[in-house]
Amino acid sequence: MANLLEIQSLSAAYDSNIVLRDINFRVNENDFIGVIGPNGGGKTTLLKVILGLIKPFKGSISFNNEFISANTIGYLPQISTGDINYPVTVTDVVLSGMMIKKKIISRMSSTDKKQAREVIGELGLTGLEKSPLNELSGGQLQRVFLGRAIIGDPKLLLLDEPGNFVDSTFENDFYEKLKELNGRMAILMVSHDIGIISSHVKSYACVNRSLHYHPSSEITNEQLLAYGCPIQLITHGDVPHTVLKQHNHS
Amino acid sequence: MEGSIFQYDFIIKGLLGAIFASITAGLAGTYIVSRRMVFLSGGITHASFGGIGIGYFAGFNPVVGAAVFGILSALGVEYLSVRQKIREDSAIGILWAFGMAVGIIFIYLTPGYSPNLMSYLFGSILTVTNADIIALGIMSVVLIIYFSAFYRTILYISFDESFARTYSPYVNIFKYVTTALVALTIVLNIRMAGIVLVLSLLTIPPNIAMIFTKVYSRIIVWSVISGFIGTAAGYAISFFAGIPTGATIIFTLVILWVIVKGIYVLVKTIKK
Repeated sequence: MANLLEIQSLSAAYDSNIVLRDINFRVNENDFIGVIGPNGGGKTTLLKVILGLIKPFKGSISFNNEFISANTIGYLPQISTGDINYPVTVTDVVLSGMMIKKKIISRMSSTDKKQAREVIGELGLTGLEKSPLNELSGGQLQRVFLGRAIIGDPKLLLLDEPGNFVDSTFENDFYEKLKELNGRMAILMVSHDIGIISSHVKSYACVNRSLHYHPSSEITNEQLLAYGCPIQLITHGDVPHTVLKQHNHS
Repeated sequence: MEGSIFQYDFIIKGLLGAIFASITAGLAGTYIVSRRMVFLSGGITHASFGGIGIGYFAGFNPVVGAAVFGILSALGVEYLSVRQKIREDSAIGILWAFGMAVGIIFIYLTPGYSPNLMSYLFGSILTVTNADIIALGIMSVVLIIYFSAFYRTILYISFDESFARTYSPYVNIFKYVTTALVALTIVLNIRMAGIVLVLSLLTIPPNIAMIFTKVYSRIIVWSVISGFIGTAAGYAISFFAGIPTGATIIFTLVILWVIVKGIYVLVKTIKK
């Protein structure tokens, strides 16, 4: 299996605040890696470093140029930075994902537009092609941005907390879709919700300033604690519940 | 006989001025309105007055001075906003007043009376030269080529800049070039509508278009059309009534906005 990218003893910071320290990490073709860790632990920063939006002050990140570069990665941001009152339609936004192939001159061909229609259909957005963004629900909006991330058929897809906006009616379809996509692209999915991702990912990376890679989809509390990965665990059952950390009464 | 030739020249100038002003203002206006850069554009407009003052004082074409001031202040504010080290609105407010102050100081220092000062502030078709019309014509062609060649690139960068940075290393270049073109558009239209009013020439037409369409390319087309109606009608009215051109154009555009909005609301109510 070909290696897509390799990060070597990399450190990154916001201003003078070090967020990632000396991490080593690699992503191979067909990987499906769940990136977990506490808030502020550097999960989003890791994605931004891979995308080239944040320059590391130490270490290196190298891409297998045969498959990808920093500019050809599919990306679903945690919070959409686009102005939803901007005069663009659903089709426009989905089509913008094609830019990872086109760079500057960007006339969209009829093949591109056909592909946009297909992606819109697959994501259950048919009928909304011409709608402006401010007429969509939060879940629909998230699917539009997912469409934008996948339409260019990237070799690597980065998803930052995709569960945040996916409405329950679409949740199963969404993870089925990811599974299908994983057949042709590696996926790196940031989530604080282990319960959701454990049944889908193949391996874990726990990010809390440092990075620990766990090459199996099964992960236990003990392992998490051993990694120093203080995450909040959310499990799903018939009755919604939260599991609290064990403590002693004295 | 002489009178009719003068009138003919006057009408041609006015017509060409209206066409080029509505094309340039429609394209640049759609960009600034949808990117919420109206205040920045106001800053550019007023900063360029500094260049006009220096032009008067030093004896070169004030429009050239205005263009240099306008473009430099536009790029300056974009640069500051890219670095994100300063409050952008405050920077614009300072620039706005500073440009006006520089302009007034230099015009005051210029020996003799400045007869055209009012035309720079409020616009006058009488002072529009053939060179101004030609410059606006060239600007129209440049903007049409630029926006057609890079339509989607510009659209996507201004919709979601940080996402665009993930696929393109050229985001800043496009921002700078487009903003510089907007600044130049504003400066060249100052002769038509004046410093005080030119901004509305850019902002009212896209707002008329956005009443009934949310598609970017259609907003551009309808901005140009409504801009032309407002400019040409305003120009004609100002000519026959003998009132200032810039003010009449803006007045006409606002009336047009009210009419379109009224019709839209009416049609919507009837459909329900």
